[in-house]
Amino acid sequence: MAEKERTSLSRRVVTWIPYAWLVVFFLIPCLIVLKISLSQTALAIPPYEPVFSTFADIRDKVGEFSLDSFALLTQDSLYWLSYLSSLEIAAISTILLLIIGYPIAYGLARANPSIRPYLLMLIILPFWTSFLIRVYAWIGILKPEGLLNQLLISLHLISQPLAITNTNWAVYIGIVYSYLPFMVLPLYATLEKLDVTLLEAASDLGATPLKAFWQVTFPISLPGVAAGALLVFIPAVGEFVIPDLLGGSDTLMIGKTLWHEFFDNRDWPVASAVAIVLLVALVVPIVLFQNAQSRAQGAK
Amino acid sequence: MRRFSTFNLVSVTFGFAFLYLPIVILIIYSFNASRLVTVWAGFSTQWYVALLHDQAILDAAWVTIRVALFSATVATVLGTMAAIVLVRRRRFIGRTLFSGMIYAPIVMPDVITGLSLLLLFVALNFDRGFWTVALAHTSFTMCFVAVVVQSRLLSFDLSLEEAALDLGAPPFRAFFLVTLPVIFPAVAAGWMLAFTLSLDDLVISSFTTGPGATTLPMKIYSQVRLGVTPEINAVCTILVALVTIGVLIASVVGKTGMRATEAA
Amino acid sequence: MKQALGAVRRKFQPWNDPASRPFIEFRNVSKQFGSFTAVDHQTLTVFEREFHALLGPSGCGKTTLLRMLAGFEEPSEGEIWLDGKNLAGVPPHRRPVNMMFQSYALFPHMSVEKNIAFGLKQDGMPRGEIAARVDEMLKLVKLEPFAKRRPDKLSGGQRQRVALARALAKRPKVLLLDEPLGALDKKLREATQFELVGLQESLGLTFLIVTHDQEEAMTVADRISVMKEGKIAQIATPAEIYEAPSSRYVADFIGSVNVFEGTVESSSPGRLQLETDQGFTVRTATAPVLGAGTKAWFAVRPEKMRIDHDRPEGDGVNMVSGEVWDIGYLGDVTVYNVRLDSGKLVRASVMNAQRAVARPISWEERVWLSWSDDAGVILLD
Repeated sequence: MAEKERTSLSRRVVTWIPYAWLVVFFLIPCLIVLKISLSQTALAIPPYEPVFSTFADIRDKVGEFSLDSFALLTQDSLYWLSYLSSLEIAAISTILLLIIGYPIAYGLARANPSIRPYLLMLIILPFWTSFLIRVYAWIGILKPEGLLNQLLISLHLISQPLAITNTNWAVYIGIVYSYLPFMVLPLYATLEKLDVTLLEAASDLGATPLKAFWQVTFPISLPGVAAGALLVFIPAVGEFVIPDLLGGSDTLMIGKTLWHEFFDNRDWPVASAVAIVLLVALVVPIVLFQNAQSRAQGAK
Repeated sequence: MRRFSTFNLVSVTFGFAFLYLPIVILIIYSFNASRLVTVWAGFSTQWYVALLHDQAILDAAWVTIRVALFSATVATVLGTMAAIVLVRRRRFIGRTLFSGMIYAPIVMPDVITGLSLLLLFVALNFDRGFWTVALAHTSFTMCFVAVVVQSRLLSFDLSLEEAALDLGAPPFRAFFLVTLPVIFPAVAAGWMLAFTLSLDDLVISSFTTGPGATTLPMKIYSQVRLGVTPEINAVCTILVALVTIGVLIASVVGKTGMRATEAA
Repeated sequence: MKQALGAVRRKFQPWNDPASRPFIEFRNVSKQFGSFTAVDHQTLTVFEREFHALLGPSGCGKTTLLRMLAGFEEPSEGEIWLDGKNLAGVPPHRRPVNMMFQSYALFPHMSVEKNIAFGLKQDGMPRGEIAARVDEMLKLVKLEPFAKRRPDKLSGGQRQRVALARALAKRPKVLLLDEPLGALDKKLREATQFELVGLQESLGLTFLIVTHDQEEAMTVADRISVMKEGKIAQIATPAEIYEAPSSRYVADFIGSVNVFEGTVESSSPGRLQLETDQGFTVRTATAPVLGAGTKAWFAVRPEKMRIDHDRPEGDGVNMVSGEVWDIGYLGDVTVYNVRLDSGKLVRASVMNAQRAVARPISWEERVWLSWSDDAGVILLD
């Protein structure tokens, strides 16, 4: 009996330590963001007063909650334009990533099994190098006097340098480049598992290679497409570094807006309100992603 | 079927060129003698020498490494525990919340994670600096560790642990003597991932940092905003080289480890 | 009148009719994978409406032959003709053959009816006709209630039927079956074998089946090609393969057999005498004329041997004595392993026609094995 109790005790400890950590460092911070987004702007003038409150406190203060910050979000077009623009940029980037990532993943999955692990490592390797470095590398290439323009001019393809940096195109390139492994890996995982005899069967039943791809390969790879799309779309919506370094002043993205609201305007309630709205906007894709993850895990 | 191979070859080649060319260009230009980043003026290592004398960069690098070592190690312990809970404990109060708290931070935009952690530290009246950055990194990287270890644990043959129990090892010891050694490559990979994510992070560090705790990405970011410089190219080249070596070593070690566990 | 070997399933023997036109022809076909030769310069002719089995152990090249006909592999050498047309360079999706895959290869994202309709849709058949054909196929394989189900919600036997229906839906000139029943349990497999035969006869199609299961090949096929290491060892009807194997390999691969090595003593048409290494003499009526002193083997099936306590009457040939080493009671038959004085084990099987035996043979008893003049065959290879 004593043994049994010790087992369940150790199990409980193993459960509750990470659980408590996540509650303290993830759940509570999110609730604080919610709370501060509901407080008056005046409260948040730096230096910020510590306002940690118990649940009782929160109940007492409900009357003081203010929706001013949220009201501001609806009034000032900057915010909802940022949201829309973020969603648009993330959606376009996701589609570009699919178009570029799918053939790469397909090629990897059909490569000789003996070299596949090495190819896969080459796909993952850039992911291990700093995100910031990878974005930075593109500045030197894309800027007006950069290498891409030099190359295009020397090939007489263009006479005037293209303005790519400080446009949304630079942001697309940056996102596609940085997020490519996240798109390729889930696609590869489903394509690699695809039974080749299914394609033989399709071909045997009269499907041309192209038809076999659209009627068999692609539908079967849809879970991978969904996983990859969610895995890049969600972080892309909140992306800050790429639009900040590669985009222009008119590139509106919500992550950038939040950053400036926080660091430049020092308006914490509004920054928090922006975060809450962003989080709410992402709840559906995040839940979809989590479901897809647990289903994939359960299937194994 | 032949036609497909050409297509595959082209797409894979194009993919790799796209992935690697920018980094290669960056490395090449770190050896450029000219201050102008886009004009090649001969080979030089002067920017690397200049780096060695840039105390601010060296300090930032040291802070970054300490943060990464601390947070990766703690995150590996926490993340492994979380993975065990996810895989082995099918039912307990708040399991859905728990798995949600593991997966959500992975896709959560950095700006939200950073902002929320900062507000927590402010609310708790923590002095912001090294420790707040380290704690923040620990809590977002542990989720990645949990996912990596979880996927290995799912394919772990439970009968190995049962055999240990059957031979008289108490559950705790069975885990440390049997399960942990077998899943160790995944745990190590989780540590590596946490370490790199921590090294790499700009946004969360920027929110949670305080005086005297400027990390290398923050330093690079503030300089990059002013334009492309050969010193930054040199810093980046060193980082790329270190990471590449690290990954290569890890993959060799991982492979031997994997083979050993497969043979077992 | 010439005696028939074994049982004859149906009166269908185009291979014996010089006027019949070949339907499938492998002409001196080879297939190399790197340095490995999967099929080595083989020629095979299959006739229209024939049920032909390619039989052999794994790696013997039987599946490669099938895949070359389907178009998944191109021959390294030689030509494949189907219904008077050379198939060289014709991609799989333009060949009028359909395959039932070993793994069934059912499309997991499509319902049963969508799977069956897949091939018809590729041909651009009008929607109404497709629906009618799918219904017909569902009825044929008795799967009407499962039309809307996904393959993963079906049992193994049902999946096998879907695969069959899908391959038959296009009314192919040839149906290729790659180990089609391998995944089914024994009872279901046996029942399905007879269904396949019935289906093939009623549809009037040509079937080419690949299998490693000799019983399956014997049950379903009109003719069997026994393959060994990239070569066809013998092409013949099941009865001929069993009763008149062309080599020790074929004799041994199909059923069980006792083989004795020996030297030809005398030989004339309809009569050959062989002195075995075991010290007894064999006389047989079914053998070619061979020169005295030729090395040859005598192969005889266990059920063709008699086992007695006493020495049989006769002139002393076609008999040998030994000690009962092992007895296996299998219900319908009893198998005796008899140890000759040289140590060689010989197998004899006796049908248990009666429930009780007056004088049972038991372990370690001295017994006599004997057989008639036409019980076995003389093999040179």
